Amino acid sequence: MSETAEQRADIGVPQAGGPAPQGGGLWALTKRGGAVFIRQREATIFVVMVVLLIYFGFASSTFFSKSNITNLLSGYAAPIIILSIGEVLLLISGEIDLSVGFVFLFAPFLMHFLIDFYGVPVIPAILISLLLGVVVGWVNGFLTVTVGVPSFITTLGTGFILWGLTLTTSHAYPANVPASAQSIGKYLGSQNGGYVWSAIIWALALVAFFHVVLTRTRWGLHTIAVGGNLLGARESGISVARIKYGNFMICGLMGAIVGLMTAFYDNTIDPSAGQYTPMFYAVTAAVIGGTAMLGGTGTIIGALLGAIVLATLQDGLSILGISANPLNIIFGTAILVAMVANVRLARLRAAGRA
Amino acid sequence: MTTEPAEGATSTPAADGDVLRVEHISKRFGAVTALTDINMHLAKGEVLALLGDNGAGKSTLLKILCGFQPPDTGRIVLNGQEVILKSVDHARELGIDAVYQDLALINQLSVYHNMFLNRERVRWPILNNRAMRREAKQHLVDMGVNLSSVDVEVARLSGGQRQAIAVARSVYSEAKILLLDEPLAAMGVKEAAIILDLVRDLKEQGEVSIIIIAHNYGQVLEVSDRVNLIQQGQITFDKKSAETSVVELTDMVVAEYRRALDERHRSASAAG
Repeated sequence: MSETAEQRADIGVPQAGGPAPQGGGLWALTKRGGAVFIRQREATIFVVMVVLLIYFGFASSTFFSKSNITNLLSGYAAPIIILSIGEVLLLISGEIDLSVGFVFLFAPFLMHFLIDFYGVPVIPAILISLLLGVVVGWVNGFLTVTVGVPSFITTLGTGFILWGLTLTTSHAYPANVPASAQSIGKYLGSQNGGYVWSAIIWALALVAFFHVVLTRTRWGLHTIAVGGNLLGARESGISVARIKYGNFMICGLMGAIVGLMTAFYDNTIDPSAGQYTPMFYAVTAAVIGGTAMLGGTGTIIGALLGAIVLATLQDGLSILGISANPLNIIFGTAILVAMVANVRLARLRAAGRA
Repeated sequence: MTTEPAEGATSTPAADGDVLRVEHISKRFGAVTALTDINMHLAKGEVLALLGDNGAGKSTLLKILCGFQPPDTGRIVLNGQEVILKSVDHARELGIDAVYQDLALINQLSVYHNMFLNRERVRWPILNNRAMRREAKQHLVDMGVNLSSVDVEVARLSGGQRQAIAVARSVYSEAKILLLDEPLAAMGVKEAAIILDLVRDLKEQGEVSIIIIAHNYGQVLEVSDRVNLIQQGQITFDKKSAETSVVELTDMVVAEYRRALDERHRSASAAG
């Protein structure tokens, strides 16, 4: 991240006054480094994450055990991380997807139906299930961009439909992961052996890929442009519809990936999986990681850190034997504190010092 | 509702060297006639001020010229050839580029990303930020736009700087005809000077033809070669800037206002 750090620092320094006076010595260097660090949008959430990890590390002797860390990262964090990638891209382009948790829910059932009832081979069945997410994303894009229904409503509707489809087709009973899919499934998510890392590795790979897409490609630049100034982007000749359709489709795909991953990880296809909770966690991760709901700003790295914070709280409180009931109080407070902090930090950044 | 050309209005003849000619353009929006019959011409390197009160049809004309919307009737002739502008992109390919009131700048992006918006330099699939940064810097220096860094987000810049960047962006895109929509609106004297200087520089270079849409007569008269006045969807006045004055232009607009007022009185008394 050091390269981005330097680049952002350039942006952050008030340029009008010329180069800042360079003081020698270690203290000046630390001060400069600190100033660069705090100007990062992700700085706040990074500090929170480190503090939480240290706290739980001291509070519980088993927190940093391999089994708990893999559970934290692959079990709790990976699904939120992957969903938040899609939500960050959509939030930056000025939209939201409430249906992604129901793609999450339906995708593994679809795979199960295809393999067990229709005799489709494993790999095509997995690909079709992933394609489901893309198709749902396209429908969300069509209703939002082409028809003109706000995405909040569009995705509320498509979400309910997917929910109903899942319950109807599965009769609300859980299903077993098809045995033939296990050999491939373990690379997507598993609690056994070395494959226990596969979920978090996928999550980090997707984060790396989409971080580059967002910060280093035309797609990312145009996503920011569309969310930052819709009319301006259109007047510049950017195909606003293409960007929004695309980001809905990416978000849907992320939902399907997480759905399959969770099914393999839990080794069951659960009709109560997914739904609103993971979607809201993903949006929460995005927001506390510095993504603005108004569009135009946000980072995937921030959402990654936000997701790890949420996962650490979930995992840490359960390992300490504290009831999960007050968890939502903490999450709610975290969202509000993060937003207030971001607003204030943004003001400080605008003033050129932090 | 037709407006007769006002007394004393002269017309400059269209010439073969014109880069742009607009012939009999009209545009209606439902029951509202925005443009009745627009005839206009623009020579290479010329700066034309298109003046008019709010609602006279300036913005509609601009949107037609930059390909944002098609006219109902009439022709657009570019370098002697009739063209049909299919989209903003198409118009831009042909060298016509508009700088809008809202600037089409993206606050959240840096100056250089804004300058290359939708024309990014790419080493596929990755943006070539280094090249864009360098070229943007060089271009702004060439245009005399003072900016300490092209890395700042445009949200941080003043109104004049933002407008200058928007103009620079259009020029850099090798636009041959620049349409500036209210470039001096809500701008302080110092800020406006940045833009006026920029227009003067472009005029000296003589490569770009410019249409400035404005309702601030004084400042625009200073930099323009010729003035067109648009009233109720028609060009009613076409003179060299040197041959007219703020007073004359103001009188024209006031006279139209009086006429409209009289007409309303007359129709009101006829109805009563």
